[in-house]
Amino acid sequence: MFEILEKELLARDIWKYTIAAPEVAKKAQPGQFVVLRLHEQGERIPISISDWDRDAGTITLIVQAVGHTTKRLAEMDAGDHILDLLGPLGKPAVIEPVGTVACVGGGVGTAIIYPEARGHRQIGNRVVTLIGARSREHLFYQEELSAVSERVLVATDDGSCGHHGFVTDLLRQLIDDGLHLDQVIAVGPVPMMQAVSELTKSRGIKTIVSLNPIMVDGTGMCGACRVRVGGAIKFCCIDGPEFDAHEVDFSSLLRRLRLQERSAAGCTSAENGTEGCKSQCHN
Amino acid sequence: MPTQPPQDRIKNFQEVALGYSPEMARREAARCLQCRQRPCVKGCPVGIDIPGFVRAIAEGDFAGAVAVIRQDNTLPAICGRVCPQEVQCESHCVLGRKGEPLAIGNLERFAADWERETWGGAAHRPNRVRGGKGKVAVVGSGPAGLTAAAELSRLGYEVTIFEALHTPGGVLAYGIPEFRLPKDILAYEFRQLQLQGVELRTNVLIGSTLTIDDLFSLGFQAVFLGTGAGLPHLLGIPGEDLNGVYTANEFLTRVNLMKAYLYPQVDTPLYLGKHVVVIGGGNTAMDAARTAVRLGSSVTVVYRRSREHLPARREEILHAEEEGVEFRFLTSPTAIKGDEEGWVEAIQCVAMELGDPTEDGRPAVRPIPGSELWLPADSVIVAIGQGPNPIVARTTPGLETGLHGVIEVAPDTFMTSREGVFAAGDVITGGATVIKAMGGGKKAAQAIDHYLRNRSGRPIS
Repeated sequence: MFEILEKELLARDIWKYTIAAPEVAKKAQPGQFVVLRLHEQGERIPISISDWDRDAGTITLIVQAVGHTTKRLAEMDAGDHILDLLGPLGKPAVIEPVGTVACVGGGVGTAIIYPEARGHRQIGNRVVTLIGARSREHLFYQEELSAVSERVLVATDDGSCGHHGFVTDLLRQLIDDGLHLDQVIAVGPVPMMQAVSELTKSRGIKTIVSLNPIMVDGTGMCGACRVRVGGAIKFCCIDGPEFDAHEVDFSSLLRRLRLQERSAAGCTSAENGTEGCKSQCHN
Repeated sequence: MPTQPPQDRIKNFQEVALGYSPEMARREAARCLQCRQRPCVKGCPVGIDIPGFVRAIAEGDFAGAVAVIRQDNTLPAICGRVCPQEVQCESHCVLGRKGEPLAIGNLERFAADWERETWGGAAHRPNRVRGGKGKVAVVGSGPAGLTAAAELSRLGYEVTIFEALHTPGGVLAYGIPEFRLPKDILAYEFRQLQLQGVELRTNVLIGSTLTIDDLFSLGFQAVFLGTGAGLPHLLGIPGEDLNGVYTANEFLTRVNLMKAYLYPQVDTPLYLGKHVVVIGGGNTAMDAARTAVRLGSSVTVVYRRSREHLPARREEILHAEEEGVEFRFLTSPTAIKGDEEGWVEAIQCVAMELGDPTEDGRPAVRPIPGSELWLPADSVIVAIGQGPNPIVARTTPGLETGLHGVIEVAPDTFMTSREGVFAAGDVITGGATVIKAMGGGKKAAQAIDHYLRNRSGRPIS
């Protein structure tokens, strides 16, 4: 059992949970995730680790309440316990001195960008962060990201904060303005990651994306999370979740995320699928 | 053994084989010739005193039968159900030369079920072992890990099992369906281990949450790796990432571990089409096919060799046939086709012909050119085998692996290339059977005991 120590509303439907998980906290690194199950009848869902405190033995999860399990999690409070929590899972992000890095977060993907931006900053890379959200009320972590970035640029779909449009517009503008980028990291909804990937491919900038397919066990056993990368099938949970964006088959990824839709009509039908996607993206 | 009629059981997940009554068990046991040579025992990977327990059953001394079995086998109710007896103990039975061999597996199951139903784990308690000989970590709670844990505990060690999933059992929990191995039986057998003093920690992925080196730092003097073969193999054909294509592991995990068949009382869903094609001919393929039947689908098993080469247990093949599973032998998939939205709609197969026997004794197979055909399918389940999970090897410096990622061990000591780290079961052999993994776990436990006794007094490195 894993106790929720603190719970805070960061933005509309986006909750931050501080959870007692000393062993996970001790090992967690940027880019990794946990799989949790709330109760005996619950499903196993992957959630990225946004932060950790090794001394306090806690991890931070930032979760958008959009699916069955994430909504149920949002009904839990400090003092409640999560039945099962496994991690850290997945390969850590590769953080090396490269020069200038643009960290691009879309929706709740911004939560994953934070430890990566901090990691790059800590080893001396120049970090520029771009975050996109539907509107002002969906934005979060601007201050935290400002503390680890040279600057933070914001885009909202409705123009209620920052640039009126997509975060990709901001990235294109930066590059066109002459900022030399050595690496881009993009985490968010699949269409956003795909758009960033297409842009940076045309400009020849190495780009890493963190993928969010459906998972069950999260340890390489079920293969639900398989994605096509560089023409080969990879298991996101043990080969990823981070991959070279220019090698990822985004259409296959997007299609497999729709698996839960058809479950609704299947013989053991589903109203809300296993929500690997929904818990991580902003859609 | 009496079974649920096929027309009933395809509508439920309850056990198919119903077990012997005491009278039936005594009658069957009385057929045993009590051969002096005991050929059946040679066929048992854990060396159960088969004539001994069978004689006890014939005499009506069921408690005595249980005691004999438990000397060598810690999971009899499971083995009685899932062992391929026809190629092990029963294949050596002298009665089999002229007629039906003694139903040793059924008798083992009877004794174990009698124990559980009579004592329920309350009156009969295995002796709680006080430990004192040292601490051993067992990684994985599948057949190899459970057996190693039981044996080490019996030998006087303090044992902690580390399991990545939320419940113990490994493939017994996520892979083997309820209708073949009821989960309450697994829970009962596991409880016996806990009563014996074995500790369990779930939600710990060794190689990530804790490394092998962490385990030594925590005071464990030896580590047993029974992490199995949980990484599913794929076909490597076009269309394998289409929606509606599952590995058998995913399909069975959703149903067995996550109980998707109870949706929406549980949160894990499952989409399964009306026409399901299962690829493969092993026990996992039979489990997947028969599970799909119970979820209301029509099921075709596609296997590249002939019926006599099916690696599955004979009983599973017969049950699958009785339940209406269709088999297409000498057939191998070459591509999966999807509709415009990316959902499976058909699978292309090619006819195969058999060639000369290969090293493993099975004939080689080759496709017959121009024999391609399309089978309609709206779900495809790939059950062509599993390999070892790479996580432990990836994060343990100095742990050597061989072909297909199996962990290499010295054949006599079961020790890996890391001192004090032992391995057995599917992680050293590749995907095999429950009982072989149990046999390996038992021998490795004895090797660990030997290792720790001979190095006592020396500091732990």
